[in-house]
Amino acid sequence: MKAAGSMQGKLGLGVALTAVAGAAHALAEPWQLNMTPGVTQTSREVYDLHMWGLYVCIAIGVVVFGAMIVAMVKFRKSKGAVPATWSHNTVAETIWTIVPILILVALAWPATNIMIKMAYTEQSDMTVKITGYQWKWGYDYLNVGEKPYHVHFISRIDPRSDRTRELRSGQDPWAVKDKDYQGVERNTYLLDVDHPLVLPTDTKIRFVVTGDDVIHAWWVPQLGWKQDAIPGIINDDWTSIHEPGIYRGQCAELCGQDHGFMPIVVKAVPKAEFTKWLDEQEALATKADAPAASPTAAPSAP
Amino acid sequence: MTTHATAHHDDHHDDKPHGFLHRWVYSTNHKDIGTLYLIFAFIMVCVGAAFSGVIRTELMKPGLQFVQPYFFNEMTTMHGLVMIFGAIMPSFVGLANWMIPMMIGAPDMALPRMNNWSFWILPFAFFLLLSTLFIPGGAPAGGWTMYPPLSIQGGDSVALMVFSIHLMGISSIMGAINIIATILNMRAPGMDLLKMPVFVWSWLITAFLLIAVMPVLAGAVTMLLTDRYFGTSFFNAAGGGDPVMYQHIFWFFGHPEVYIMILPAFGIISEIVPTFSRKPLFGYQAMVYALASIAFLSFIVWGHHMFTVGMPLGGELYFMYATMLIAIPTGVKVFNWVSTMWGGSMTFEAPMLWAIAFIVLFTIGGFSGVMLALVPADFQYQDTYFVVAHFHYVLVTGALFAIIGAIYYWWPKWTGRMYNETWAKVHFWWSAVFVNVLFFPQHFLGLAGMPRRIPDYNVAFADWNLVSTIGAYGMYLTPFMFFFILWHSKKHGAPAAARAWEGAHGLEWTVPSPAPFHTFSTPPVIHDEDLAHGDVSH
Ligand code: HEM
Ligand SMILES: [Cu+2]
Ligand SMILES: [Cu+2]
Repeated sequence: MKAAGSMQGKLGLGVALTAVAGAAHALAEPWQLNMTPGVTQTSREVYDLHMWGLYVCIAIGVVVFGAMIVAMVKFRKSKGAVPATWSHNTVAETIWTIVPILILVALAWPATNIMIKMAYTEQSDMTVKITGYQWKWGYDYLNVGEKPYHVHFISRIDPRSDRTRELRSGQDPWAVKDKDYQGVERNTYLLDVDHPLVLPTDTKIRFVVTGDDVIHAWWVPQLGWKQDAIPGIINDDWTSIHEPGIYRGQCAELCGQDHGFMPIVVKAVPKAEFTKWLDEQEALATKADAPAASPTAAPSAP
Repeated sequence: MTTHATAHHDDHHDDKPHGFLHRWVYSTNHKDIGTLYLIFAFIMVCVGAAFSGVIRTELMKPGLQFVQPYFFNEMTTMHGLVMIFGAIMPSFVGLANWMIPMMIGAPDMALPRMNNWSFWILPFAFFLLLSTLFIPGGAPAGGWTMYPPLSIQGGDSVALMVFSIHLMGISSIMGAINIIATILNMRAPGMDLLKMPVFVWSWLITAFLLIAVMPVLAGAVTMLLTDRYFGTSFFNAAGGGDPVMYQHIFWFFGHPEVYIMILPAFGIISEIVPTFSRKPLFGYQAMVYALASIAFLSFIVWGHHMFTVGMPLGGELYFMYATMLIAIPTGVKVFNWVSTMWGGSMTFEAPMLWAIAFIVLFTIGGFSGVMLALVPADFQYQDTYFVVAHFHYVLVTGALFAIIGAIYYWWPKWTGRMYNETWAKVHFWWSAVFVNVLFFPQHFLGLAGMPRRIPDYNVAFADWNLVSTIGAYGMYLTPFMFFFILWHSKKHGAPAAARAWEGAHGLEWTVPSPAPFHTFSTPPVIHDEDLAHGDVSH
């Protein structure tokens, strides 16, 4: 997405807001103002597009609101302003019809480029199926390259968050903490699960997303997109994560009483580590039973 | 034209029906029905605000302190339905009833008895809807958008909600037919279409939108009803149906619906700004054509609410481009309002303050709208508080601010009394500050990753949520302020002149204040200077 990216560079305005957003924090920060740039090529392009859209809006706002302020200061009756009688100006009207068209093209162009890239789910290295349930996520590793896998597990909110979030539980949401990938303790209230989705870095991963009961939406802001998980429909998406880390998200489509309590945690690890982990899981899954793996067979953390 | 001669006479010769029943329940008078609509809408604003009070109180800090998540969902759902169908839409119909006949020189609405029905259906509709709070299983909890399969999981509230929406739809359609019939048939001689006030234009176009899309909503919810009770599978994937089809149908209604809630506001602002700028509206015809093109475009952009359902690339591109187009006529309107102010001789009475706040804050809502139209960015924004911020800027600081401005603007005409300007300014500034404290931080929350419609959240979102709740509490005082100011004006306000505002043009200002019970029983002779926008035929 060159247009938006270079625009931002040229304008050099991104600094303040980007700083607040934090380079690649896996979690939102208190008082955070802006979108995360995320940890994938796509998420950064999305972020740049967002910033480009924001700058365009701010620029138009400065012109329009500036004109209003000048008008309100200059053309007040209390300052003896005499009202003009004109009510047309063809030149001005033409300009403010044409210029917005050009601005919109400048927005639509980079957006289109990103969309085309995001829609291209082919040539992926592996496939993971995501299923939304009321109120948990199911993950199936279908294949890596040509090799089929049978690893399946369910990912639920972590019991500690789950207890704390009970009505008048008396427990402190601020006390729910966990170590992040760098080993730093951070608050993970409502954003932690029993079994994270483990993924390799620098791998094009294709997701097929569906719903089992009602519509959910799978969203990890760091990856740059969300996708509705709809019963009877299979959607596909892809990602390729650059930095190892733990990335947290939530269900983003109202799905009933515990909609707010079905978090998503992606644990991105280097490829070798991932392969080792997956093969262990595969061994467990195929050993546990030949005909049908227990759906809740819990994977061990890598 | 009778103006001051009759301005101060009292109502004895108006032959108003006597007794509450005859005056209000059997009413066929456009002014009384307008009043009924506005009172009803005011009550519904308070009810809807109470629901939002539950929401904002629960969201004040992390952890669940007050309500169970399911009840929280009932509150968000009811808040949306009540505010949209009970508050905003009836307010605009009330204003239409009061003003359209007076603005076009007609004695009343074209179909007065139907007008009575249009209004009196509404209390029954909302009785049904609100009664769901007290039935087993509780109120609907699937969101005001009622997406299946979730929306039909609940108890029997589904049926009551669907019937209630049918009634609201009938009410809206009858109201719309009435408005179209009135505008097309009852204009005084000389009131050509392109001499009508922009408010009348905006309602003519809105009425067509209503007739076009309310039946679509009725169809969609009827399908929900039969899926729920009669074993059909319109939206049930297991039976061969498609949940996404509901969303297409719903938003084919839903996007025009959001313009139903803003076009009359555009009309109001186009009346207020010229009056207090003492300068004719800039680009009258462009304003009318912009309204018409926005209305047309509103039918072909519904997919922008569904960017994350997994439409094919081509569909997403189409809906993105089409949605962006709406920004052009919308921009024309904003530029024209600013140009109307430019070179004027402005004063800043309460209606003008609300109108200026509308222009600024609605435009901010338009900005976030354009950002939301960028599909890849929407993949991040969709279903977050960013969207919540967007639609509250266009609906609260847009539609609602315009309604409040309109009430201040025409109040002297309705009651014959001025309100207290100082208190009105306090009301305005209080609202302008707190509404932004309430909604602006929701942009940040959405961008930082907080989904909408959740009762609890991670502690990182705590600070801005607290700020937002403080803003909400500030806003909850404003209905009381408004009520008090209007009540005080009605009792003690200074008498209003026929032309209550120095710069006001338009037929409504040629009749006395308060407007007699029957106006324009004989069509007025129209002088160009009485027209809201002068002679625009050149
Ligand atoms: C420049 C004009 C506008 C544009 C480009 C625009 C664009 C959008 C988009 C793309 C969405 C979907 C966001 C999402 O769910 O991810 C949206 C949502 C919404 N818009 Fe706008 N919008 C505009 C003006 C308005 C106006 C004038 C209104 C109403 C008066 C309005 C009311 C809404 C509402 C109620 C929603 C959310 C509905 C829901 O999901 O509950 N918008 N808008
Ligand atoms: Cu969900
Ligand atoms: Cu829309």
